[in-house]
Amino acid sequence: MRAHPADYELVAPGTLSAVLSLLAREPGAWLPIAGGTDLMVQYSAGNLSARNLVSIWNLPDLRRIEVFPGEIHIGAGCTYTDLREHEIVNREFKLLSTVASWTGGIANQNRGTLGGNIVNASPAADSLPALMVYEAELILVSTRGEHRVPYGGFHVGYRKTRLQPDELIRAVCLPRRFSSYHAHARKVGARNAQAIAKVCLAALGRLADGVIEDIRLAMGSVAPVPLRLKDTERTVRGKRIDPPLVELARKTAAAEIRPIDDMRSTARYRAAVAGNLVAEFLEQLRAAGTKT
Amino acid sequence: MVNGQQVTVRVHTMERLLDMLRHELGLTGAKEGCGEGECGSCSVLMDGVLVNSCLIPVIQAKGTDIVTIEGLSSDKQLAKLQQAFLDCGGAQCGICTPGMILAVHHLLRKRPQPTLEEIREGLSGNLCRCTGYMQIFDAVMQAAERGAVT
Amino acid sequence: MKSENIVGASVPRMEGRGKVTGQAKYVDDMALPDMLHGATVRSRIPRGKIKKIAFRPEINWQEFVIVSAKDIPGKNCIALIEEDQPCLADGMVNHPEEPILLLAHADRHILAKAVEAVSIEYESLPAIFTMEESEKQSEIIWGRDYIFKTYLIEKGNVDAVWEKAEYIVEGEYTTGAQEQLYIENNGMIAAFDSERGLTVWGSLQCPYYVHKALMKLCGLPAERVRVVQMETGGAFGGKEEYPSMIAAHAALLAIKSGKPVKIIYDRMEDMAATTKRHPSRTRHRTAVSGDGKILGGEIDFTIDGGAYETLSPVVLSRGAIHAGGPYYWPSVRIRAKAVATNAPPHGAFRGFGAPQSLFALERHMDRIAQAVHLSPVEIRRRNFLQTGQTTTTGQTVSEPIDLGKLLDRALELSDYAVKREKFAKQNRHGDKKKGIGIAAFLHGAGFTGSGERYLSSVVGVEACRDGSVRVLVSSTEFGQGTKTVLCQIAAEALGLRYEDVGIAQADTQEVPNSGPTVASRTVMVVGKLVESAARGIRQTLSASSMLADSYSPEEFRTACRTYVAKHGEFRSFVRYEQPEGVIWDEEKYRGAAYAAYAWAVYVAEVSVDPTSYNVSVDDFVALQEVGKVLNPVLARGQIIGGVAQAIGFALYEKVIWEKGRMQNGQMTNYIMPTSADLPPIRVYFEELGNAHGAFGAKGIGELPMDGPAPAIVNAVQDALAVPFDSIPLLPEDIFDALIGNAAQQSQPPSARGHR
Repeated sequence: MRAHPADYELVAPGTLSAVLSLLAREPGAWLPIAGGTDLMVQYSAGNLSARNLVSIWNLPDLRRIEVFPGEIHIGAGCTYTDLREHEIVNREFKLLSTVASWTGGIANQNRGTLGGNIVNASPAADSLPALMVYEAELILVSTRGEHRVPYGGFHVGYRKTRLQPDELIRAVCLPRRFSSYHAHARKVGARNAQAIAKVCLAALGRLADGVIEDIRLAMGSVAPVPLRLKDTERTVRGKRIDPPLVELARKTAAAEIRPIDDMRSTARYRAAVAGNLVAEFLEQLRAAGTKT
Repeated sequence: MVNGQQVTVRVHTMERLLDMLRHELGLTGAKEGCGEGECGSCSVLMDGVLVNSCLIPVIQAKGTDIVTIEGLSSDKQLAKLQQAFLDCGGAQCGICTPGMILAVHHLLRKRPQPTLEEIREGLSGNLCRCTGYMQIFDAVMQAAERGAVT
Repeated sequence: MKSENIVGASVPRMEGRGKVTGQAKYVDDMALPDMLHGATVRSRIPRGKIKKIAFRPEINWQEFVIVSAKDIPGKNCIALIEEDQPCLADGMVNHPEEPILLLAHADRHILAKAVEAVSIEYESLPAIFTMEESEKQSEIIWGRDYIFKTYLIEKGNVDAVWEKAEYIVEGEYTTGAQEQLYIENNGMIAAFDSERGLTVWGSLQCPYYVHKALMKLCGLPAERVRVVQMETGGAFGGKEEYPSMIAAHAALLAIKSGKPVKIIYDRMEDMAATTKRHPSRTRHRTAVSGDGKILGGEIDFTIDGGAYETLSPVVLSRGAIHAGGPYYWPSVRIRAKAVATNAPPHGAFRGFGAPQSLFALERHMDRIAQAVHLSPVEIRRRNFLQTGQTTTTGQTVSEPIDLGKLLDRALELSDYAVKREKFAKQNRHGDKKKGIGIAAFLHGAGFTGSGERYLSSVVGVEACRDGSVRVLVSSTEFGQGTKTVLCQIAAEALGLRYEDVGIAQADTQEVPNSGPTVASRTVMVVGKLVESAARGIRQTLSASSMLADSYSPEEFRTACRTYVAKHGEFRSFVRYEQPEGVIWDEEKYRGAAYAAYAWAVYVAEVSVDPTSYNVSVDDFVALQEVGKVLNPVLARGQIIGGVAQAIGFALYEKVIWEKGRMQNGQMTNYIMPTSADLPPIRVYFEELGNAHGAFGAKGIGELPMDGPAPAIVNAVQDALAVPFDSIPLLPEDIFDALIGNAAQQSQPPSARGHR
């Protein structure tokens, strides 16, 4: 433990409005901390430069899931376990409950939050590609009020988002129109549990008469931000899935991403595996399509 | 509350729950194996939910019910869980054992008759370097069979 | 006499209750009044001279106890085999993380900042980071050359075999460093006062190693140094020699401050600064006859010892002796050397050289099989040692071990033949390739050659006031079951119940030196002495006519109580004697290297994921002959645990080095298997007995580390038809090999990095 607790102050005002008032009074001075599964690791290693923190853990306004006819609003303070246990999330947003089960072990799933995953903005974050393919929108809140932004484009660079210093994410909105899609998520890591993704894919697809009517592909750990593979989607949309298309998709995906060599893996491995993941999804989609 | 007792401590707001339990309360059952929430040897229950106490600032635990391994021993039913670990060789060096037992307790509360897959998944956040896990799985299955946690 | 056997039964773990209730006390659970916390200022460069040490003004240094090399009362070294390793660097550093200064303060939180506030200026010198660089000798970083130790093992006439050979098969095999990753980090508490002397409490395997090192460091006589083992949360060899270093540090701070001092490493420090398994490189050149028999060969075995000698000669010895495996070599030349590099010294880790040389050998056997067009099964069968034949060191195999039958049983248990054929068919059209691989091996238990005689272990059993008996050994418990099994042995030897026997804490003030808890010697060697010492108690009681020839446990206890009440507590001590016929020539490195060998055949079934190139072990059979199983649950636990660590060694655990420093020193990025990663590991035993071991037992603690890695890599080759000769074998390595091998596959365009 390489940090001195006396050097830090953590306040817990207890309500969303109190937290927002603090952020408005001193924007940038108080770092919000939810479940702590990222920030406390930095803290223990002596790498947390922020000295003043404000707890947003377990605030009722942030930790509920509201179900509307056309969309659901997942509170940013919902934990991965909350996601895994919610009926509608499991039924209509399977990718999200799947990726929630990838993150850490049970103890970390009980504390890590969806909002924390977004704001921490690691390119390897497990849940972010799923939010991308589900066309998520974020409700951002401050004392200035609320506004809604598309999730795509929220990440502007490596570990940088559009979040203003006085803002919090209040909820993640997901449109309820993907139940009929074939959904697939896969993470490639060093081991089966508690692994940071070397590459991960979240994918949705729908076939009509054997032709790809719609397809969404997003990946983690292949760029400084979670990446929507728009080129690859464009390449295959409207086409019939056959071996040449799968090869083309594989190559397009490998070219579209920008993986690096790092401690965990190599760029060439990531590129190849990314291509494989896309190919694997297309094979699955074709097989699923022929069943109906 | 810790193990059923009201507790008041004076510590810094960013003191880790793990350190508070070990140093202020003398509850040394929870261990620090990694300080990064990977090994699970610091696991405790917070309002019945399994958490890594090395990652919790004490102020976030305020007003909650904490149960540590020391708190399990007084519960009659859990003697069966601990006995299962002894019968099956689930503890070797013992350092991961308190966290592991709490993780099993948490699992059996949710899934009284878990499948092997569910056991593997439920314990995937608790690293054991000695056993290779199999005799821990045996202990879980024996505990489940004997209705160790309801 | 009671009817049940205790030896052979799965009696409950002696100290188990404390472990499952959280009451067991590890060193960090203990505090002493007025205690200070200690921390270490370490080198940031791999090699060079210390030019200046500055203490930055933001810290109030008056509050600190500061210790440097000049504070060392005795000799500035951690005494082990040689005395080349300083306790604190004095002017010169030879590896990253080398300890330079020690700091102590009452507030443990302040220490981390203080460590950062010490500025050290160095004059860097060229440093060596690989065995190959060391061999080039462009920069001599240790001694007169770069070599800590060499061995030469020769048998027969190897120079004459090449012309007779139908095949000559060559191969080079490498293994990487491996971190022991005990879940409890290293820690020590030391206290000193001028009356009682020095006491240390800590996480450790060998109290008397620490004792010897502290005597030398502090210039204290034996009776004024006391070492006490606390409950130890895993060790695996990682706490064989390193505890002497951290104990020395705590001791120096305690002596200078006059207060107790506790030093506990966090995971980052423990990984970066303490010992790891020696990286190795083995080169085989083997002459094979037309019908697949080994005629002879040359084996070149090199290990990387890091910056100081520590235990490298012994690791080298064991690795060299095991390099020929369970096969008959009519002629062989084994050249072994341990070389210096500027990394923190490498050290003991379960297997201790044998996993390295046996990985090479068992991979090489599959290579030979392929070259001579025989199956992996047949090549082994034709070359197995038979009773009456001699090993590479000329030791005659005298026990009736039938390795061919052991192999057969392993093949049957794993359904090898059926699966191999099935996988071969499946692999032709399937994407997910599957394979099955074998490893056959042995592990010598106890210290090599005359090592046990040199150790001259002493064991005691004490008759206690309440009629129970207490075992007195310096052998330590760290999960493997020492306390339990030694008590079973004493109980059995005396005809008592398990609950009539206890065991003393490993405290040098209380127990004799029964040798270090290493080399799989505890049950076999120390256990046998426990048996004898226990019988000594019985003899004393019989001689005083307090005990009949045949008695019940209660009658024994009564006799014991009566005797002790009359004459006081008494102890029976026994000293090790080398068995006749165990003759070893240290000069020529020939003869009976070990008093007993355990034998094994392991079979691994794997599949390789076509998308991710991850290898998953789907089934694992571990069959071994171990003399006698004294506690089935504990024995099974040892094998499974060892196999799990070896799976890590083979497929997951990579140490990433940058200029001699481990870069991935956190549990997030040093990858050990979780509960979701391991296959069902099926364990089977055979028992041939052992004249030199307690109740016929052989040592088994390290055996399971030797076989899994080659069995797994052999299985991967079976699956992919591509050889791999280096571990850890990561998906990235498999991908690179497959791409390299596929002539026509077009590669994705290379991507530029962002960092």
